[in-house]
Amino acid sequence: MRVNVTVNGREQQVDDVWEGESLLYVLRERMGLPGSKNACEQGECGSCTVRLDGVPVCSCLVAAGQAEGREVVTVEGLADYARHRESAHPGAGCATRSCAAGATAGAPGDGQSAEAGELSPVQQAFVDAGAVQCGFCTPGLLVAADELLESHPSPSDQDIREALSGNLCRCTGYEKILDAVRLAAARQEEAAR
Amino acid sequence: MTTAPRPRAATASVPAGVPTTLTQGSGTSGGIGESTLRPDGVLKVTGEFAYSSDMWHEDMLWGHTLRSTVAHAEIRSIDIGEALATPGVHAVLTYEDLPAATKNYGLEIQDTPALAHGKVRHHGEPVALVAADHPETARRAAAKIRIDYAELPLVTDEASATAPGAVLVHEGRTDHHIAHVPHPNIVHRQPVVRGDADAAARRADVVVTGDYVFGMQDQAFLGPESGLAVPSEDGGVELYVATQWLHSDLRQIAPVLGLPEDKVRMTLSGVGGAFGGREDLSMQIHACLLALRTGKPVKMVYNRFESFFGHVHRHPARLHYEHGATKDGKLTHMKCRIVLDGGAYASASPAVVGNAASLAVGPYAVDDVAIEAIALYSNNPPCGAMRGFGAVQACFAYEAQMDKLAAALDMHPVELRRLNAMEQGTLLPTGQRVDSPAPVAELLRRVKARPLPPERQWLSADAEGSSVDVRALPGGLSNTTHGEGVVRGVGYAVGLKNVGFSEGFDDYSTARVRMEVVGGEPVATVHTAMAEVGQGGVTVHAQIARTELGVSQVTIQPADTRVGSAGSTSASRQTYVTGGAVKHSCEAVRERVLEIGRRRFGTCHPAWATAELLLEGGKVVTDGGEVLASLAEVLQDEAVDIELEWRHRPTEPFDLRTGQGNGHVQYSFAAHRAVVEVDTELGLVKVVELACAQDVGKALNPLSVEGQIQGGTTQGLGIAVMEEIIVDPKTAKVRNPSFTDYLIPTILDTPAIPVDVLELADDHAPYGLRGIGEAPTLSSTPAVLAAIRNATGLELDRTPVRPEHITGA
Repeated sequence: MRVNVTVNGREQQVDDVWEGESLLYVLRERMGLPGSKNACEQGECGSCTVRLDGVPVCSCLVAAGQAEGREVVTVEGLADYARHRESAHPGAGCATRSCAAGATAGAPGDGQSAEAGELSPVQQAFVDAGAVQCGFCTPGLLVAADELLESHPSPSDQDIREALSGNLCRCTGYEKILDAVRLAAARQEEAAR
Repeated sequence: MTTAPRPRAATASVPAGVPTTLTQGSGTSGGIGESTLRPDGVLKVTGEFAYSSDMWHEDMLWGHTLRSTVAHAEIRSIDIGEALATPGVHAVLTYEDLPAATKNYGLEIQDTPALAHGKVRHHGEPVALVAADHPETARRAAAKIRIDYAELPLVTDEASATAPGAVLVHEGRTDHHIAHVPHPNIVHRQPVVRGDADAAARRADVVVTGDYVFGMQDQAFLGPESGLAVPSEDGGVELYVATQWLHSDLRQIAPVLGLPEDKVRMTLSGVGGAFGGREDLSMQIHACLLALRTGKPVKMVYNRFESFFGHVHRHPARLHYEHGATKDGKLTHMKCRIVLDGGAYASASPAVVGNAASLAVGPYAVDDVAIEAIALYSNNPPCGAMRGFGAVQACFAYEAQMDKLAAALDMHPVELRRLNAMEQGTLLPTGQRVDSPAPVAELLRRVKARPLPPERQWLSADAEGSSVDVRALPGGLSNTTHGEGVVRGVGYAVGLKNVGFSEGFDDYSTARVRMEVVGGEPVATVHTAMAEVGQGGVTVHAQIARTELGVSQVTIQPADTRVGSAGSTSASRQTYVTGGAVKHSCEAVRERVLEIGRRRFGTCHPAWATAELLLEGGKVVTDGGEVLASLAEVLQDEAVDIELEWRHRPTEPFDLRTGQGNGHVQYSFAAHRAVVEVDTELGLVKVVELACAQDVGKALNPLSVEGQIQGGTTQGLGIAVMEEIIVDPKTAKVRNPSFTDYLIPTILDTPAIPVDVLELADDHAPYGLRGIGEAPTLSSTPAVLAAIRNATGLELDRTPVRPEHITGA
């Protein structure tokens, strides 16, 4: 079958999709977007989390056909999405990219914040806080954390834990992930001022 | 009816080729001691980092493994006809298709068949392979392979392994352990005997004994076993794979493929965690066989279900311990017997036995000990390396014993441990002297001195008085309690882990370092075969090169087999050994650079000949800080390129009768204090805080150090309260091979993990560093258990603790 889907702002048409294929498979193997990960393919680990019409979902549990005509954001499009969000909601933050870059420029360990400005605030915070080790869970966590911060700009620790409870991480012990989300929230708040 | 899947559309817009360069990233600042950020961090947060399951090649096929549905059986016949006839299938392979005389592999004992021949010895053993143009086609074709099994009696525990007339898991063993084991179903046995434990026991005022059961844990790394094999024109194969030790894989793969090692070229692709589970081969040989047979690139990616069968697990164990002490709390003696279940194949079992035996007493000074550790062959899933490697099981038991002894003596558990704590100079039960700082008492003091988290944190004041935040209670949002029946407990534990490979193993590493001028700037390139599995070795290598060579630009080459072996990314050894090799090679590069400088400028300034010279900030400077030349001026268009091996001081094997010998290189110590809250009505546990203090010798990257300690602590928490592979004792089949049924801690299960890092240098190690990764996994489990016992008053002699153990239901 043919699937028409907008992925990271770009309309895509994929042919010859077998109806048993998941959105995850189509993203990874047919569209060349392997950022969403395949750790359990059972909806248990959250590594494949993408946003489908804005809602975080496990893309392994979404049949490719269910994405027909809808909008998908993957980790590959997260930075763009964040910029778009800022310009779409001018009250929530700065409308330009310079602001996001400015927010990260104030980071501790500045100067080694690689390619600042290329990343969304939550991506940058994960790098800066040491929340990335093997990194396999990272794409899913980023998509989930980004959605949390969009809907909940100043989350409590319990809010963060609840929002990320569907994303398994085996390396970090989650402390640095909490640090990263707190850091992203703080920078976001700083930028909004 | 669903239609058959078709291959990937040729029209899809996908990148061509194999993205191996997308695993390294870059960074430009930070020497040792700084919290330099990961060079691959940006790639990992943008989704560009190329993990092994992301490998892709034009025209590639998908491989699939057919696995045994029974645990122990003779294979009467395999019919592949229907599978082979399936449209889209390019090859179906069985044991018959193995091309070389060598058909088995193994880390130490070559007892593992690449594909089952004659019989299967455990549930999930690989029996046949399929290559097809779509992964679903491969799976469906594999399901059409018909295998006629004649089931055999099972060996599932020590009693069934050593019963008269027991079935032998491996008949006709010829490995070097067989002469020393009491039964052919025992892989290896290591006693450790020092002093006279029986005589010493007579001096004891108090003796406590305990029997402990340790469940089978899984590494549960998130990136599934996967990789891509590409046949090459010379008849060889290129393999892109996630592993812990490229050269160990190569040594095992090439003979089974019937190829010389130089025709199997291996490149590390992105590794999604390892924790010991990638020491053994999984899909490596299988993908290569399929690629060589079909002449096409073959990708294999396990799903989670298959991953539970695709790697070895942590040895489950039964441990019997006896400790004695005088009434003032000094240990008189310790006796123990540790039975590890190694499952169907040897994997790392012999070395796990050596570790369990030599570290069985833990970080305590006791002169009279009688220890025995064995590993069984059984028809249970094969067990091998996992973070903590034999020391974890022992720590769970000896720490429970220390608490029991403290209770019997009416002493504080930390006070009893302090009284018996090992120090620098203490002898291990193996007779080896601990010749570096051993701050056991200090680590315990630090976790104990930390203020306790406030009681009843789930209560918060509001306008009407107080409200309960159920999210902070055991059971969380399931709303199972509002605090009634919730009790708090506090527990302590400390552990001792060896660093590096022990027992005389030639534990070397190799590093190639190049320095040249690019665009007017001096640039260093570091090439090793070290597997970066998430631990941050790539970060540290760049930090070492910057420190030693005074450059800011350091490129880390992808790890592959074009450079000498780096040894395994395990045993907390890589920063020590490959870090040591990088340092060693950098020192040689520095000497060569200074030679070039002397040749070019030696006559210009006397300091070239007389002063101690350093490379700093891209310049050659004297130890007084005087700049002699820039590295760009010194090197000009010359490149210095040196590859060297580096070894730590040698170890020796343990005596097979007494266990005596200088078997270990270095030790790592961590202590934990756990605070738990337990809902005694439902048996649910909430770990409130799990504080750790660890001596790391020298924190080369403090941010990574904390990450390693917190991650290791969390895996220990997992063992304590939830993680266990359940093997049906009647059928030896795995009951829970999924993330639905095998639980690992989520962010809701994991408490705050404050970390207190000590840096007492080990003078024998590069920069004084100590291996870090494993020690926190040892003590976190017994600390949580101790806290649950403290909260409930129950004995709790097994891990993981399940609700029924707490409620008695």
